[in-house]
Amino acid sequence: MHILIPVVALGAIGLVLGVLLAAASKYLSVEQDERIGQIEEALPGANCGACSYAGCAVLAAAIAEGKAPVNACPVGGAKSSEIIAGIMGVENSPAAENVAVVMCRGISGAAQKKYLYEGFEDCDIANRLAGGGKACEYGCLGLGNCVRVCQFDAIKVEDSVAVVDPEKCTACGLCVAACPKKVIHLVPKERQYTVRCISQDKGAQMKNLCSVGCIACRLCEKACRFDAIKVKDNFAIIDYDKCTDCGKCFEACPKKIIYKKELPNEA
Amino acid sequence: MLRDILVIAISAIFIENFVLVKFLGICPFLGVSKKIQTAMGMGMAVTFVMAMASALTWCINHFILQPCGLDYLQTIAFILVIAALVQLVEMFLQKMLPGLYNALGIYLPLITTNCAVLGVALLNIQNEFNLIKSIVYGASAALGFTLAIVLFAGVREHLEFSEIPEALKGFPIALITAGLISIAFLGFSGLQI
Repeated sequence: MHILIPVVALGAIGLVLGVLLAAASKYLSVEQDERIGQIEEALPGANCGACSYAGCAVLAAAIAEGKAPVNACPVGGAKSSEIIAGIMGVENSPAAENVAVVMCRGISGAAQKKYLYEGFEDCDIANRLAGGGKACEYGCLGLGNCVRVCQFDAIKVEDSVAVVDPEKCTACGLCVAACPKKVIHLVPKERQYTVRCISQDKGAQMKNLCSVGCIACRLCEKACRFDAIKVKDNFAIIDYDKCTDCGKCFEACPKKIIYKKELPNEA
Repeated sequence: MLRDILVIAISAIFIENFVLVKFLGICPFLGVSKKIQTAMGMGMAVTFVMAMASALTWCINHFILQPCGLDYLQTIAFILVIAALVQLVEMFLQKMLPGLYNALGIYLPLITTNCAVLGVALLNIQNEFNLIKSIVYGASAALGFTLAIVLFAGVREHLEFSEIPEALKGFPIALITAGLISIAFLGFSGLQI
């Protein structure tokens, strides 16, 4: 019986306060744009901040006020921007969908080691120790800072290199910002080919550092008929505005560091 | 009586300043002290909540908890009251002062978890204050909080324009400043009243 007294007492206090709050919410209610609630429902609700607003609710308010475009959410993509465009009564212009790609395949056998790193599992800290344990100072350190910031469980570290699952990736860009090596890039989702090296070391040096490093041989540049792949700063980079997915560079690369999406080693 | 009240007020504001001497309510102290205006707003909101909470919790303790022998429920009952009060203040500000509401942002609902508010409610009971003394203690403790946060915001506004070593920019220098102000407030402990 004794337990009933505190339960009743506390319950009564709660009830009285609850009624008071309910009354107050009626009296003090603020007329809010009802579109804000609808837009918020259409957004993914991950509060990842990829839109540069402080969360989905804040973005919803900004869209309703017309301060942000209907396609401001990179995570929701075409699906949510279509719904939001419907709510706002404007034409939908879906933003190009991107996907994050780790521009390095320097797995433990391929990339040479500078020293044996045994510190914290943190890329930023490792990077301060002479640029990390890998001989190539541009490569993925594989300590998983990107994995920890990803809210969509889309990145894994496999064999000391981070790999993005394109199915789960929403191109929110958190991993891009978290990577101290800036080795994660956003590329258009529908494109097939990616050059998986951003090392600026010269070809001759690169050969000693990593067996899957770009040696800037320019064979891809010569193979491309659309002027879409260029070697700059000693690594090849694809201009996706010009790329037609013809695959000539992929065939030409002697180091096999240009990857095609469907291939199993792409992951 | 009047003398007692004055003693309580002065000691709560200066000698036992909640933020700088008792180290309660540090979260909003650091979070909302970038501008004097928002710091002032936060101080006022906390003052209202703390004065109201002091009165309400005293009543609840005196008329419900103590007669029923439920003293052990103090903490949870007080949290309930404070949470409801903060909700009320939030709704009031959203309606009446939307500018201040937006400026305070997330820190407004966080008053709920501001330990200064719960602290004052529990200290009232501990010090065996009566209703009037409780309210005075709550209000003046909150005024002490306001004083501290406004002083701190003033210093931080000046910090924006000073040359600070790279490693100390942002929060580190703010924490050092807070420590220095706290040491300065220790000087009040020599006050004899």
